[in-house]
Amino acid sequence: MPKLLLFGYGNPGRGDDGLGPELVERITRLQLKDVACQNDMQLQIEHVTDLSEHEQVVFIDADMCCASPFEFSEIYAAKDGSYSSHAMHPAALLYAYQQVYGKTAPATFLLRIRGYDFALGDGISTQASLNLDAATRLVRELCKAMHPRH
Amino acid sequence: MNPTMNAQSNLRRVAIDPVTRVEGHGKITLLLDADNHIHEARFHIVEFRGFEKFIQGRPYWEVPFFVQRLCGICPVSHQLAAAKAVDQLVGVEQLTPTAEKLRRLLHFGQTLQSHALHFFHLSSPDFLFGFGSDPAQRNIVGVLEKYPELALKGVKLRKYGQQIIAAIAGKRIHGTATVAGGMNKALSLAERDTLLADIQDILAWCQEAVTLNEHIHTSHPEHQVFATLRSNFLGMVGRGGELELYHGGLRATAADGKRIFDQFDYRGYQEIIREEVRSWSYMKFPYLTALGKEQGWYRVGPLARVNNCDSIATPLAETARKNFRAFGHGGFVHDTLAYHWARMIEALHCAESIHALLLDPDITGSELVATHGEKCSTGIGVIEAPRGTLFHHYQIDEQGLITKANLIVSTTSNNQAMNESVRAVANQYLDGHEITEGLLNHLEVAVRAYDPCLSCATHALGKMPLQIELLDADGLLLDRLSKASTGLIERTD
Repeated sequence: MPKLLLFGYGNPGRGDDGLGPELVERITRLQLKDVACQNDMQLQIEHVTDLSEHEQVVFIDADMCCASPFEFSEIYAAKDGSYSSHAMHPAALLYAYQQVYGKTAPATFLLRIRGYDFALGDGISTQASLNLDAATRLVRELCKAMHPRH
Repeated sequence: MNPTMNAQSNLRRVAIDPVTRVEGHGKITLLLDADNHIHEARFHIVEFRGFEKFIQGRPYWEVPFFVQRLCGICPVSHQLAAAKAVDQLVGVEQLTPTAEKLRRLLHFGQTLQSHALHFFHLSSPDFLFGFGSDPAQRNIVGVLEKYPELALKGVKLRKYGQQIIAAIAGKRIHGTATVAGGMNKALSLAERDTLLADIQDILAWCQEAVTLNEHIHTSHPEHQVFATLRSNFLGMVGRGGELELYHGGLRATAADGKRIFDQFDYRGYQEIIREEVRSWSYMKFPYLTALGKEQGWYRVGPLARVNNCDSIATPLAETARKNFRAFGHGGFVHDTLAYHWARMIEALHCAESIHALLLDPDITGSELVATHGEKCSTGIGVIEAPRGTLFHHYQIDEQGLITKANLIVSTTSNNQAMNESVRAVANQYLDGHEITEGLLNHLEVAVRAYDPCLSCATHALGKMPLQIELLDADGLLLDRLSKASTGLIERTD
């Protein structure tokens, strides 16, 4: 099982909301060893089963409030009410993981890429594309650190 | 009778807004008389989407992908019903064996994931913790904390159904699979083998879910009378009267078991079903034409199907069905909360059917599209969606553009039944002028049994505020309960 899971989420049909899936698509095309890639529209409780057996997880999401070009931080399990919505927060997913498996989730990080335009049917905006490039470079460095031959 | 508010000056109104842990958002209004008895219950919808209108003018081949956007839970059901209608538009009477089996596999995967979602995520907290238990615990996270093994099985059951959908349609939600007269992608051997690897666990967990639901229902006498109604049942059956979810004839049976019609060709549905419009709801009220508005309302979905069929073709589910019918002492099981038990019997049937299809050599075949015949101007597709019988009806012009569309979704068919169940529960639990959290939750449990999908039924945008109001006959506020999106309930001025 690959050591690192890259999990992008967002709606590619809503402009910059597709930043996370687009980044993961770019990494997928590189076919890196020891890196698993996954995309989805939003996080739901079923995704706890995707986290096990990886040593590290990076969630990648668009964010309209974070600093440009991106913010990267470690996250920890936290209980909130997002389980009842159509989109769980990754920290809530880690909490659910703990409840299901009775152990702490793998080390998990959240990469938030600054987005600006989330209108229906739009593509990724010009400024967000630059942010995406910067974030992609970061993720490639992370993958290299995981497996120096990348 | 559908009296207007204005005509009922002596009545009080209780509104519960919205109902939680159903798909979409709903609102309940209880109309009281001067003696504080429930005069009328209205489970109504204040949202509107209008899919039937805005698909007009679109080419017919787009329709299966447009209409699946009605819902994030059962998009596959809408896609398949529309695809069956489109098959008729292009003159295809019979799909290739591979295409039909892929559609059936897709449909079983969809039904399995939807049924698992409903029981494990939405309804099991009510039964595992009790209807009146702490709302902070009575949710899927509470189940994860106290019953992690059970919750994980539910999560994995849903995920397995989604994996089937992804394998056939490209992604879990809003994928593309159907084309006019067939399917657009074959199932590879590797995809089949991946799905086969987990099927024994899936079968075992479905059996456990049936056992659990049978135990819950049969060991709680209070569940057997909760929101219980005697109703007509409508559903599709196979040629031998067996449970059939993808294609068959329509069967309607009265509460006492008397057959109203059987093996009816669904393309003539407008002869047997009519839809009544009421001013206070965007959701229509269908009824069986033969019985009229007052007597013709009916129930659809798992309870109707498991009662209505003569057998189930897969052995484990058939054994479960016999146990279910034995509980009804030879007659129908009318208990509203037995919907959950019937739903898990169907989940087991789906798992067995998935297993059989994955072992069928046709499933990995490459003959995906049937030869198109003479084009028709009308197409009517009907399937048994997870929540019940689903009708899609389209008319096109000479250019192939949609000129008219009519959808009867499952939740709409259960509309009157949900109103009746709400009234039954409210009569039992409403006391005086105070709206209690207990009342709210008991009403929600009654509605939730039907697994209503309000997004489909009304076709809506937006989210309603959460509020319960009690008004006297003169419109003065007697009580108001507000419920935040976090689940916090508080009394407000």
